[in-house]
Amino acid sequence: MKKTHIIILVIIAASIAIILSTAGDASQYVSFEEARELAEEGNDKLIHVVGDLPKDSDGNILGMDESQKVMFSFDLVDINQEVGRVIYQEPKPVDFERAEKVVVVGKMEGEHFKAEKILMKCPSKYVEDELTEAS
Amino acid sequence: MLQLLPGQLGHFFVVVCFVFAAASALVYYLGLREKDPKRAQTLTRFGRSLFIIHAIGAIGTISSLFYIIYHHLYEYHYAWSHSSNNLPVHYMISCFWEGQEGSFLLWIFWHVMLGIGLISLHPKWEAPTMTVFMMVQAFLGSMILGVVIPGIELKIGSSPFILLREFMQDAPIFASQPDFIPEDGTGLNPLLQNYWMVIHPPITFLGFASCLVPFSFMIGGLLKGDPKGWVNYALPWALFASAFLGLGIMMGGYWAYETLNFGGYWNWDPVENAVYIPWLVLVASVHTLFTSKMYGKALKASMILVTSTFILILYSTFLTRSGVLGDTSVHSFTDLGLSGQLLIYLFFFTLLAIWMIARNWKKIPDPHKEVNAYSKEFWVFIGVFALLLASFQVLMTTSIPVYNSIVEGLGGSSNLAPPADPIAHYGNAQIWFAIGVAILSALGPFFWWNKLDLKELRSYATPPLIITLIISSVIMLVAQIRSIPYILLLTSALFSITANVLTLQRLHKAGLRLSGGSLAHIGLAIVLIGILFSAGYSRVVSENLSGKIYHEDFSEEMNLKNVLLWRGKTYNMGDYELTYLGPRLETRKEGIMIDRDRVINTSDPNFVILDYEAEELQGLASINDTIEVFGENNYYEIRFKVEEGKEFTLFPRAQINPDMGGLLASPDIKKFFGKDLYTHVSSIVDPTEPPDWKTEPSFKAKLGDTLFLKDHPAIFENVETIEQIAGHTLTEGDIGVKARIRIIAPGGEKLLEPIFIIHDQMIGRIADENLGLGIRITLMEILPDENAFVFKFQSGQADYVILKAMEKPWINLLWGGTLLCLFGIVLAMRRRFSDVRKE
Repeated sequence: MKKTHIIILVIIAASIAIILSTAGDASQYVSFEEARELAEEGNDKLIHVVGDLPKDSDGNILGMDESQKVMFSFDLVDINQEVGRVIYQEPKPVDFERAEKVVVVGKMEGEHFKAEKILMKCPSKYVEDELTEAS
Repeated sequence: MLQLLPGQLGHFFVVVCFVFAAASALVYYLGLREKDPKRAQTLTRFGRSLFIIHAIGAIGTISSLFYIIYHHLYEYHYAWSHSSNNLPVHYMISCFWEGQEGSFLLWIFWHVMLGIGLISLHPKWEAPTMTVFMMVQAFLGSMILGVVIPGIELKIGSSPFILLREFMQDAPIFASQPDFIPEDGTGLNPLLQNYWMVIHPPITFLGFASCLVPFSFMIGGLLKGDPKGWVNYALPWALFASAFLGLGIMMGGYWAYETLNFGGYWNWDPVENAVYIPWLVLVASVHTLFTSKMYGKALKASMILVTSTFILILYSTFLTRSGVLGDTSVHSFTDLGLSGQLLIYLFFFTLLAIWMIARNWKKIPDPHKEVNAYSKEFWVFIGVFALLLASFQVLMTTSIPVYNSIVEGLGGSSNLAPPADPIAHYGNAQIWFAIGVAILSALGPFFWWNKLDLKELRSYATPPLIITLIISSVIMLVAQIRSIPYILLLTSALFSITANVLTLQRLHKAGLRLSGGSLAHIGLAIVLIGILFSAGYSRVVSENLSGKIYHEDFSEEMNLKNVLLWRGKTYNMGDYELTYLGPRLETRKEGIMIDRDRVINTSDPNFVILDYEAEELQGLASINDTIEVFGENNYYEIRFKVEEGKEFTLFPRAQINPDMGGLLASPDIKKFFGKDLYTHVSSIVDPTEPPDWKTEPSFKAKLGDTLFLKDHPAIFENVETIEQIAGHTLTEGDIGVKARIRIIAPGGEKLLEPIFIIHDQMIGRIADENLGLGIRITLMEILPDENAFVFKFQSGQADYVILKAMEKPWINLLWGGTLLCLFGIVLAMRRRFSDVRKE
């Protein structure tokens, strides 16, 4: 076998290893129902749940609890329209109210989804979409 | 009055910029194809004139937009959403890269500058390179065109000159008042109000823009039927691009380290990865270009890598601007509806390059010989593969959202999400590539400069290897390194340093001229060691040793890895004695810290009235003066005492920005030679909320009595009559009394002086409070018969901060190594530019 072939084989092997590790480490976007099933199966990998914040007709977010200033919990409506309770052991993230969509990364613990990380899709960061003051 | 002219002018310039880019590309192309040299020259000159008009269009667009921002014309959406009235001028420049349209403009601007550089430096290559340049400029120009094609209602580009009322057609205010202009803009994201954010984006964009140059030379070379000559020109420009892109990446890291509070310089965020991926391929292409230039080998590899670099730049642009990253990135741009256009841009140049290379494949010289492990270029190639694999790993994972989009586009459904722990996912893989790159950056130059067979290799390689093993063993023992990949990374990086120092020594006769490569490799190895220690051995020093948790609802991290500092009290933390001295505000002009508790707020948060004679402001301002401060920034002065007579203070910052919905902490860093002490507040008393005073039982006291206020001993020292109160002189029949209570508290004694007055038979009471201790006293009643006084006592939240502190060992190696690496690249670049000039 020529050296060139050995090198090519090594590179192909490394590429396959990279693809496999990416697939292995990749998390999933799931609904609350699937998250519960995964938790019941004893799978403790962190997963992503995407959802919207429930709002009343005036656009106020419902079900947010900040009474414990240091902990924050809220409701999230997933793609199946199921409302799940999310608990986050950190203060409320900056810009949370403005989020159009919220992604929580964590796992189900009993009835609640315990979030390790909250990602927000905010229109406000780069494009303002509402006129705050009209004077 | 709406000022419509600047916008119309700006829009006109955008159209000029776009149309003349396309026309110039066409004319340059015709010039390139023309066989008759005289006519070809005429065409090229005509193409250049069109380029100049295009350049005027680009500069005109930028000037119009800057005019709109500078003059606060909030009738324009761009100014309204990215600027505000009290934004300093240097941050107005930052508005350009906060918005997408502005950053396209910046990119166009750099291409114009590089185009001017190309025309004047390499006149022989004007037509071929500028053909490609102007095609790219036409695509970029179309992104900000903002034109709707009538009939099919197809919108091309997003214009920065759109009026606010056009942007918000549904806002009720515009229905009643079409000429409404907001009085203030919504301001620049406070995280971007930082000097690094003024210089880091333009440098990164210059790096991005200059990746086009090697690509244009390659395509240009194929167009003019010279599949080899382009290499000499592409090499210095590839070095130029890798220096600026590398500098941009590191500046971004430094900004994140200094401004964001995640405690590091790199977070594997998709936006960071989008720059890192092409940079690795770019550096790989520098190495193949080098071998192509010296030996005429690897020409095909150079073409593929130069193309890949440029395509990856376009792919990065697509990732960060099309909205495809969606939920995965905290700071990707919002979708402006440009995805389709960006995809066309990407595919156009991918297909063009593939077609051009495929058509000329057989004409590309390729001295195909079996590789030899002792040949000069063999190890360089292996190094190139290590870089490409590193890039491939990041690319595979960062593209996860793209796979979902493709599967969904094909009608399927895919729910793949990025790794939940990106730092482990990338870090565990990248460390092995880094080990490979370090070893090969030692071997590559070694074989390059020394003609070696196996015997000679032994005699050459033994000294650096022995030196390396000795140093690395000592470091391993001293720093207690146990992890196998860490040991390998340390050893291979040290090997790279020693081997390259040896090579340098051998080359020293030639002076600095030849040493660029070796210096760059040494710099890189130092960077790797800096990353190894600062990231691998970062240590939290703010351990909670009190035995108590702060709050049961805090996360474990918060409870165990932070220290709670009550104001004025001294705590031990590792080698330091810490005292939290109080909240501070920074004056806008002088940048001096003043006591936030001793100023009076005005209706504008950026102005306060001094309520004390501030020593720091002596000669600048005195009591009752109004001074300008950075109202959003709250600093917390913390004194660190190392030993007697050796102390320093840090001012970690918390930004209160109601628009951003909360509190943003930024670190303050004390730099030592061998480490950084990195601190940020994790929790503070909300400065925007007035203290919540709780009324305690009132007490009666006589002069000289000792009291206990919230466990602090206090003495009721004195009562005196006063004649004046807040500028009013009291008249006959009025009574004015001021009591003085001295509180003995940690961090020094505090005086409270509540006032009691009777004026026109009305009773007035002015309470005095100490926010640091959370004590407020009001003089309620005077009992002359008993010779006693009745005080109302209220207690509030005493001031505290919860602080996190980390030590980052040898982080200076990271920054220093970067500078050395860049210096090496610049040296190599200079040498390759002078080669070109000699031709």
